[in-house]
Amino acid sequence: MTNVLRRNWLFLLVVLVILTLPLYGSNYFIRAVMSRALILGLVASSLVFLSKFAGMVSLAQTLMYGVAGFMVGNAVADSGRGLLLGWDAWVGMYFALAITVVVALFFGAIASRSTGIYFLMLTLTYAVIGYYFFGQVTTFSGFGGISGITPPDVLNGPTRIYYAAAAVSILIYIFYRAIARTPFGLALQGVRDDPVRMTSLGFNVPMHRTLAFVLAGFIAGLAGVLNIWWKGQIDPQSITIARTIDVLVIAVIGGISSLEGAWLGALVFVLANNYLRVVPLIDKIGLTQDRFRTIVGILVLVIVVLSPEGLTGILQKAWAFVRRKTSGSVGEGPKQEAIDSG
Amino acid sequence: MQAQTMKPKVRPATVIVGLILAGVLAWVLFLANGTAAEPAFSDPGEFLVTVLDGITLAGLLFVVASGFTLIFGLMRTVNMAHGSLFLVAAFLAIEVQQDMVGKTRSIVAEDVGLAEWFVPMLVGAAVAAVIGLIVYQLLLSWNQGQELRQALITVAVSVIIADQALERFGGLAKTMVWPGDVTHYFEIFGTRYATTRLFMLSIAIVVAIGLWIWLTKTRMGIVIRAGVDDQDMVRALGVRISIVFAVTFFVGAFLAGVGGAMGASFAGVSTGTDGAWLLNSLVVVIIGGLGSLRGAAAGALLFGMVQSLSPAYLPVQYNFYSIILTFALLAIVLVVRPYGLFGRPE
Repeated sequence: MTNVLRRNWLFLLVVLVILTLPLYGSNYFIRAVMSRALILGLVASSLVFLSKFAGMVSLAQTLMYGVAGFMVGNAVADSGRGLLLGWDAWVGMYFALAITVVVALFFGAIASRSTGIYFLMLTLTYAVIGYYFFGQVTTFSGFGGISGITPPDVLNGPTRIYYAAAAVSILIYIFYRAIARTPFGLALQGVRDDPVRMTSLGFNVPMHRTLAFVLAGFIAGLAGVLNIWWKGQIDPQSITIARTIDVLVIAVIGGISSLEGAWLGALVFVLANNYLRVVPLIDKIGLTQDRFRTIVGILVLVIVVLSPEGLTGILQKAWAFVRRKTSGSVGEGPKQEAIDSG
Repeated sequence: MQAQTMKPKVRPATVIVGLILAGVLAWVLFLANGTAAEPAFSDPGEFLVTVLDGITLAGLLFVVASGFTLIFGLMRTVNMAHGSLFLVAAFLAIEVQQDMVGKTRSIVAEDVGLAEWFVPMLVGAAVAAVIGLIVYQLLLSWNQGQELRQALITVAVSVIIADQALERFGGLAKTMVWPGDVTHYFEIFGTRYATTRLFMLSIAIVVAIGLWIWLTKTRMGIVIRAGVDDQDMVRALGVRISIVFAVTFFVGAFLAGVGGAMGASFAGVSTGTDGAWLLNSLVVVIIGGLGSLRGAAAGALLFGMVQSLSPAYLPVQYNFYSIILTFALLAIVLVVRPYGLFGRPE
């Protein structure tokens, strides 16, 4: 019970900080760092959700995010490339999310019988094919991409987009927590742990996997809509294999089976991307801003080799250590799950 | 494409796939008016060239994917850095070739003898193999069996290699030059055809035969095949399987490097080529079945054919949809055989 209270206390504190941040954070920090971190965190969280509850590590989440973004662009834009439907921003959003769900349903159904590492590779293939699709098929975009997209008037402005991203992130986080205890969430975890037994209990295993994929695709789609509203444009460069790997990297930095870790990882990733050059003496060891990706790669390597639970795992261990030291008794340390038993 | 189901009953999916295949064949042979190539019946030369394009491309695909599938088959390690090894070998081979020829730009085929192609290729492939071996010994050998963790480690390695390659070799596209001795043209029904593509195919055939002899006729190959089936049993029989693993990883990375030099001569390399070739390897092995060399050959052939046939036989105004056909191929195979044509469930 105290554990639950402590969790919520921490969660409420974080929510409070997020909501009041525009009062004391600089404009640049809100616009370029926090909004981006929240949106990337949302995409990464959909990956973590699939991995944690269904045991499916999907690399197609960036594609789903891209599909939603491109569909907003196609629906809303009235000049430039794409379908040029010229619809209202809200209608564009519903349209984009609907298309994303349909695409996710299709992809999820094809992948639903593949598991483990096979699923990972199949979704990576989706991601790259999606990139070439939007690059080559000029009906929907072409390599130049779609630009000049404005959000609905209510959300027009950097701080407003920030609040939208914050609200969606918080709601989705609560949703993840809630779904774990629903019959669907429980069945999903059963499918993750023992698909054969679940099948003999009468559960439709491929259908559960497909539905989980659709749900994660929808959430990634929400992030995609927020992203194009925030950025105003989208092109195939934003869904390349490198971007796909970025989202995986964010999930790994935060801890691949930790939901809050997704946003934590995104924050660390974006902070490193923006502020690496101001770290004193770092250029003396040959690491400059330009080599940001090398640093991220080394960070991931260190995390995967030393602590597969990522930053969240490290923080939890540190917290348990502090509690043990202060209370003198053995605290109920958070249970560590192995990253994968293979 | 016939699924070997336990029951003699024909699955509806198999029937649908058969119908789709028949439809594609009818389209290519008789109906494909308004396409870049015209129906095969009225323009057999174009058809032959397209098929030959597909087969030769399949050769390159096979060389790269065979390394990937070899490593996976024995160790269950998905080497996400396979494309990065390809990239490093390609860039290095280009540099060595430029050094040997003594020019950095406008190298023509006449400047390049067979040695000026094979030596750079071997240097590039050897470096890729050594990098692969180091990555394996340092980062992968102690966590055998943890598939996801190994995949993540190789992802991190690929991120680092890609970034370092960008710094070392720059972001510009570069190409390697085929040796002059194999750069000729001949005519098929009036269409000029480059012999370099056949050269590429013959290298692939040599690689395939070499792999086949290695895996079936040598002691080590037999141990590897036994290891694919039952690692623990092989270990119990007193084989030092860690050495076998290291050699396999070395050979797999070497093959990525050979493919890198071939790919650099065939289509050039630039930043992002690593991702493209990781995708190619993935598509080939997902179609063919992970861990199976026969599967890699079948997957490479199917994928190569789709890649060369689809731009030629799609109606001109829908030409850019050819990427969807790659995806359709993948989807069709997976619907019938979730583990690929020659794959086995884990």
